[in-house]
Amino acid sequence: MFPYIPVSKHDETHMLEVIGAKSVDDLFVDIPDTLKLKRDLELPRHKSEIEIRNIIHKLANKNTSASEKLCFLGGGTYDSYIPSIVPYLTSRSEFATAYTPYQPEISQGTLHAIFEFQTLVANLTDMHCSNASMYDGPTAAAEAALMAFDKQKGDTLLISNTVNPKIRAVVETYLKFRGYKVVIINQTDFVTDLDDYKEKISKDAVGLLVQSPNYYGVVENYTEMFELATENKALNIMYTDPSSLGILKTPGEYGVDIAIGDMQQFGNAMNYGGPHIGFMAANKKLMRKLPGRIVGESVDHSGKRAYVLTLQAREQHIRREKATSNICSNQALNALSSTIYMSVLGKKGMKDVAVNSTNKAHYLYNELLKTGVFTEVTKQNFYREFILESKIDVSVLNQSLNEAGILSLIEVEKNIVQIAVTENRTKEELDYFIKTVEVM
Amino acid sequence: MRKYDQLIFEISKPGHIGYSLSDDEFTSMDYTKYFNDDSLRQTELEFPEVNETEVVRHYTALSNLNFGVDTGFYPLGSCTMKYNPKINEEMAGNLKFSSVHPEQPESDVQGTLELMYNASNSLAEITGMDKISLQPAAGSHGELTGLMMMKAYHLKNNNAHKVNIIVPDAAHGTNPASANVAGFNIIEIKSTKNGAVDLDSLKEAIDENFAGLMLTNPSTLGLFEKNIEAITEIVHDAGGLLYYDGANMNAIMSKVRPGDMGFDIIHLNLHKTFSTPHGGGGPGAGPVGVKSYLEPFLPYPVLEKSDENYTLNYDRPDSIGKIKNYYGNIGIVIRAYTYILEMGSDGLKRASEVAVLNANYMQARLKEHYLLPIDELCKHEFVLSGNFGLTHGINTIDIAKRLIDYGFHPPTIYFPLIIDQAMMIEPTETESLESMDKFIDAMIEIRKEIDDNPDVLHQAPTTTYISRIDEVQAARNPILTYKKQEA
Repeated sequence: MFPYIPVSKHDETHMLEVIGAKSVDDLFVDIPDTLKLKRDLELPRHKSEIEIRNIIHKLANKNTSASEKLCFLGGGTYDSYIPSIVPYLTSRSEFATAYTPYQPEISQGTLHAIFEFQTLVANLTDMHCSNASMYDGPTAAAEAALMAFDKQKGDTLLISNTVNPKIRAVVETYLKFRGYKVVIINQTDFVTDLDDYKEKISKDAVGLLVQSPNYYGVVENYTEMFELATENKALNIMYTDPSSLGILKTPGEYGVDIAIGDMQQFGNAMNYGGPHIGFMAANKKLMRKLPGRIVGESVDHSGKRAYVLTLQAREQHIRREKATSNICSNQALNALSSTIYMSVLGKKGMKDVAVNSTNKAHYLYNELLKTGVFTEVTKQNFYREFILESKIDVSVLNQSLNEAGILSLIEVEKNIVQIAVTENRTKEELDYFIKTVEVM
Repeated sequence: MRKYDQLIFEISKPGHIGYSLSDDEFTSMDYTKYFNDDSLRQTELEFPEVNETEVVRHYTALSNLNFGVDTGFYPLGSCTMKYNPKINEEMAGNLKFSSVHPEQPESDVQGTLELMYNASNSLAEITGMDKISLQPAAGSHGELTGLMMMKAYHLKNNNAHKVNIIVPDAAHGTNPASANVAGFNIIEIKSTKNGAVDLDSLKEAIDENFAGLMLTNPSTLGLFEKNIEAITEIVHDAGGLLYYDGANMNAIMSKVRPGDMGFDIIHLNLHKTFSTPHGGGGPGAGPVGVKSYLEPFLPYPVLEKSDENYTLNYDRPDSIGKIKNYYGNIGIVIRAYTYILEMGSDGLKRASEVAVLNANYMQARLKEHYLLPIDELCKHEFVLSGNFGLTHGINTIDIAKRLIDYGFHPPTIYFPLIIDQAMMIEPTETESLESMDKFIDAMIEIRKEIDDNPDVLHQAPTTTYISRIDEVQAARNPILTYKKQEA
C-alpha cells in the first residue's frame, strides 16, 4: 500500500514475535495514554503518484515564472545561465542521498568536491581559506558579524546604508539577541558617505560591513574605509557578488578580513529564494574562528592523499555551547552545484560571464535612457545591475511589461527601479525589452 | 569502490573550454571603460581549464567514491536516513516552481504560496502546534529561531532576566550551541541512568532566571520521556517555555504530538522525517512551530490567506525579525509537501509504526550479541555500546569501519555522550526485513571476528580506495585549499 515501506504484514508478525510483543500498538505503551492522539491526523489519506502529479502541477501552473517571462530582477538572486551538466551531475544519488561526510572512507566524493569548493572560493575571492558553505549570503554576513564580535573588542558593528536592506535585516536579527549594536553609515549619491563614516568609526567598532557592488549595483572604492577600520582595530567584512570577481577588485586585493556572499547564481535555480548558498572566506588569522564544516587534506594509513572534515574542535557536536557557531547542516549540494559551475566555466568563463553581462547591462542602460521613459539617477559606475527613475508610475510600467511577457521590475525607492542583466539575457531579449519600453 | 584521486585543478589544461555563452560580441567588447582602474581585478584567477566531458567524468568518478541511501542501508542514528522518493525531485524541479525569483509580486507566485500554506498547515496538524514558519534553513537554524522567539517572549513580558536555558546532557550538540548564539546561558543537567530527564536535577537547576528547557522526545537514546507531563508542569509553573527538538519526530507521527505534550516551540527537520535528501550535508529545512501565544514573535513575513489570495504579511511589530533571506528553503518544502501527500494520514502513521517496529526488531536481535546498556522498549532508534571489557583493543570505531567492508554505512558513533562507546542505530521504516537481517548477520559476524581475528577490525575498512585517515594531522597542519605544486 505504501511504496516506501517494504515491511509486509507477514514480516510484521515475525518481527513482533522476535520482539515479544503482541501488536504494533504494544510498542507505544511507553507513551502516556492521556497524551496519545486518539484520532487520525486531519490530513487526506495517501495518494498515488498519478494524483500527486495532478495536484502539484495544478499548483505550479498558478505561478508565473522566469521560464516563461523575461527576468531582469536582481537584488541578490539572479536568473543566470545554468550549464545543463550542473543539475545532471548533482542529481546523482550518490551525492544527493548521502549524509554529512562523517565516515570519510565512503564519503570521498563529497569531501573531495567540498575541498575543490573551498579552493575555488579562496581563489575567486583571493582569500586564505573558505568553509564548506553557509545557508545563504545574509546568514553568512550575520555569522561574519558574530566572528567580529568574538574576535575584537567593542560593542558596535558598522554597516553601510548601501548594503542590501535584506542583508542588514538578517544581521540585525542575529545581533540584537546578543545585545550588540549596529550603526548605519549614511549614503550620498548611492555610495557610502565617507564623512559620516569617519564620524562614526571608533574603537567601539568590531567590524565594518560593506557590499560590492552595492545594493544599487554601484562599484564603490572602499580602500580608505578599510584602512580606517583597521586603524581602529575593526575587522573588514566585504559582502560581494561572486560573479563580479571575474573582473572587479577582490576582497583579498582589498586586504579584508572576511569575504562573504551568495552563490545562488553559480549553478543554482532561484527557487523562490531557497535553497541558495552562502559562502565565507577569511584571512589566515581567522581560520580557526570560521563557522561550520571545513574539509582538509590529509593522508590515509597507507599514505594516500585523502580528505576529511577537519578543525572540528570549533563545531557544535564537539564544543557544544562553546562552538564558533550552531550551524550543522549547511548547503552541501548547492555548494556542489557551484563547484561544478565554477569548474566548467573555469578561468576564462568566469571573466567572460562578468564581461558579457557588464557590456549587456551598459548597452541596455544606454538604450533605455534613449527611450525617454527612464531618466538617470546617478552617474556612479555600475557592474551589471543598475537603477533608473521611471517617468511612468511603476505599477503601470510593470503592468505593461507583464503584458509584453516581462516580469515586474523591483521598485527600490519611489519610482526608482532596479534592473539586473545577467549573461543569460540575449541581445535579442534586450532589444525586445527596449522596444517594449519605446512604445509606452 | 572505484579508484579515483584527481582534483579538478589537476585535470586542467591550458585552452580547454567547457561552456558557451550567447552574443560573443559582448564578451569581446572593452569593459574596462566602465570602471576606474583601481576597481579592477589585478590578480590572476587560478581556476581550472576543462572541457565539458572532463568535468562530467570527473564528478561522475567522485560520485563513485560516495555512499548514499540509494547505495545501501544507512542506519545513522538521529539522522533518519530514510529513502528519498524520486517524485519529490520531479515535483520540485518543475520550472514553474524553481524559476521563480523571490522578488516577484505575490500575484505571480500564488501556486507556491498556496503550497507553502498547505505544507505549514499539514505540519501544524502533525505536530499539534498552532502556527508554522518555514523560514529556517536547517534544524539548528530552527532551534536558533525558536530560542530567539523564546527570548522575545520573555522580553515582551518584562522578564529580561530570564536568560537560563536548561539542556540535558544527552541533547544534540546543536541545542547548547544554538542557545549560546541566541544569547542565553546554558545549564546542563545530568540524565538518569536510563537517559531520562532527572526531575530533581531539573528542579534544582531552575531559579528566577529560568527561561526554558530544550528537549528531544523520544530522547537521543531513542526512549520516550515517560515523565513528560511532570516536566511540562515543572517548566510552565516556573514561568519557562518548553522547546522541542524535532529531530526524532519520525517515531511518533499520529501517535502523540509535541503540542499535546505541552511543548511551546518546536522545530522539524524536513530532511529527516519528511524524506528530503540530505545532499551530503544539506540543504535541509527547519520549520518552526509555536502555540498561538507565541505567534506574534514568528519571523516575518507571515504567510496568510484572505479569501482566495495568499499574502505575505510584513507588518509584525513583535516579530524577532528576519532569520534568513526571503522565505525559506522552498525547494525543500515542495519535496516535503509532496511526501506528505504521498503518505497521507494513514501512511505517516504507518511510517512511525514501522520505524519503531524495525528498531525494536533490530534491538531485540542485536542485544543477544552486543551490550545494550538500556534494555527497554525503544522508539525509532536504540543505542548499543562498543565497550566489551575485552583486551583486544576493539573500539566502537573499529566496528563501524568493519561494517563498511560488509557494505553498510555505519551507525552514529560516540553519541549520545552519556553512553560509553555508543553506537546509535536507526533503521527507519524504509528498510525491509531482509535488509535489516543482512545488517544483523554482519554485526554477528563482526562480533565473532572481535574474538577470533580482531586484527581484521583494526585494519578495516579494506574494501575502500582510502583506508582510515589521519585526522590529527589534518587538524594540526590544516591544508584547506589546493596549491599547485611547483615543478
